[in-house]
Amino acid sequence: MSFFLETLLGGLMSGMLYSLVALGFVLIYKASGVFNFAQGAMVLFAALSMARFSEWIPEWLGMDNLFVANVLAFVVSIVVMFAVAWLVERLVLRHLVNQEAATLLMATLGIAYFLDGVGQAIFGSDIYKIDVGMPKEPVMVLESVFDGGILINKEDFVAAFISAMLVLALTIFFQKTATGRALRAVADDHQAAQSIGIPLDRIWVIVWCVAGITALVAGVIWGSKLGAQFSLSTVALRALPVVILGGLTSVPGAILGGLIIGVGEKLSEVYLGHYVGGGIEIWFAYMLALVFLLFRPQGLFGEKIIDRV
Amino acid sequence: MSGRKIGEVILDLKNISLSFGGVKALQDISFDVREHEVRAIIGPNGAGKSSMLNVINGVYRPQQGEIILRGEHFANMNSYKAAKAGLARTFQNIALFKGMSVLDNIMTGRNLKMKANMLLQAFWLGPAQREELEHRLKVEEIIDFLEIQHIRKTPVGRLPYGLQKRVDLARALAMEPQILLLDEPMAGMNVEEKQDMCRFILDVNDQFGTTVVLIEHDMGVVMDISDRVVVLDYGKKIGDGTPDEVRANPDVISAYLGASH
Repeated sequence: MSFFLETLLGGLMSGMLYSLVALGFVLIYKASGVFNFAQGAMVLFAALSMARFSEWIPEWLGMDNLFVANVLAFVVSIVVMFAVAWLVERLVLRHLVNQEAATLLMATLGIAYFLDGVGQAIFGSDIYKIDVGMPKEPVMVLESVFDGGILINKEDFVAAFISAMLVLALTIFFQKTATGRALRAVADDHQAAQSIGIPLDRIWVIVWCVAGITALVAGVIWGSKLGAQFSLSTVALRALPVVILGGLTSVPGAILGGLIIGVGEKLSEVYLGHYVGGGIEIWFAYMLALVFLLFRPQGLFGEKIIDRV
Repeated sequence: MSGRKIGEVILDLKNISLSFGGVKALQDISFDVREHEVRAIIGPNGAGKSSMLNVINGVYRPQQGEIILRGEHFANMNSYKAAKAGLARTFQNIALFKGMSVLDNIMTGRNLKMKANMLLQAFWLGPAQREELEHRLKVEEIIDFLEIQHIRKTPVGRLPYGLQKRVDLARALAMEPQILLLDEPMAGMNVEEKQDMCRFILDVNDQFGTTVVLIEHDMGVVMDISDRVVVLDYGKKIGDGTPDEVRANPDVISAYLGASH
């Protein structure tokens, strides 16, 4: 029992991170109908920026305080991601309004490769350390309830907590503020939103900024685990099945989808792994996504796809 | 009709032509709208009424012609510019934000009136919060005016058609527009709902002095509430004048009344 719980918790915690990246996809898709293939590249770009600035800033300022350096690097990285958002809207999206979905997808693919390249040109292409003081050692909890207790990875726990807080903050932002309301309006109906004077271009910059923040947080968390390196941009692709499962247009879907995939990966690996030879974790999510595409293409919570004949 | 005084020309459309590929939706159409009047655009199906409204609102850009609003030429009108210039509209197929409550839908109409920076709004800080409350008061007035207090918190997707139309009007009114464009406000309604809608349109016109441009299918209704009527048929203007003049116009009778009765 305690082993099952351990696996379940581990799954939930890594699932929370998937949710975070999936949220980036969903936000942009809802607001602009663009499937943003560059979300992974944004995660990498943000992680590189965080890693390098936390290295450079102490050098430039001649100080030696890790905490201050991290805070400054985080703030600078937010500014960097906002700049990326603004440039993407200015230079790319603005000129492609009302184009076919495939055109926009190709454009974001272009942005993805551009960001990958430019990121490494500016920040370098080694593996860089992000040290935000995440606790590394595992702890035992609930020893009184279960024999032997449950082993929890503190780092995962902190990461899941931060992700959950960010998701909560975003939910409040969307539901309670005027800007959030305008965003929801645009997500619902472009034409109507424009006719009541909601400026689409500004809204797009805002969603890309928000997606940039989720990319930064995901980048920092993953980066502190794996190091800021090129493979981060593919880690983000693991959020694709999450989006398919939850539905491209649903924020709660992204969150729940992330959790399901996180848990599913871990449980299948542990309980089915020895029947099929292990490594299930790697393809389980995609398999699940395929099944969903066959039977419920709109995902768990997505809008039903109805075509006019 | 009432105590309001019809003023100068506020919106002037000159020689508007619009085509989609080979289809000529509008051909050389000119008419004007005076301040505080109720101006109707009528015509049989496919006459180009909705296209006309979409040109005024900047959804379509005509190949030829001019839009002059309060003496100002608008060469590249778009929906956002139109909204900023004081035009609000409703939609034939209701384009409300379905997932949002009635209140939130109407609040979006206040967007242009909100002065606080979007960043402040995002964090729900001081001035933005005060502002939100001010706008909320205005929105509550509109809700009272249109008698939709009881559905304030309901997601619009769940409302019956007639009420959705009323919320659509409410959102447009929340913009405090100078000119209100209504795309078939009575379409698909029963007699009672139609009467309510007529009353609301006349009240808006009377109490707020809002100029109303409306497209309508239902001839009877239009003739009752409009000051002047433009008649379109196959993208051409075939009549323009007071309801009585239009009713007596032989072209109109054959094209519109003759055809449908």
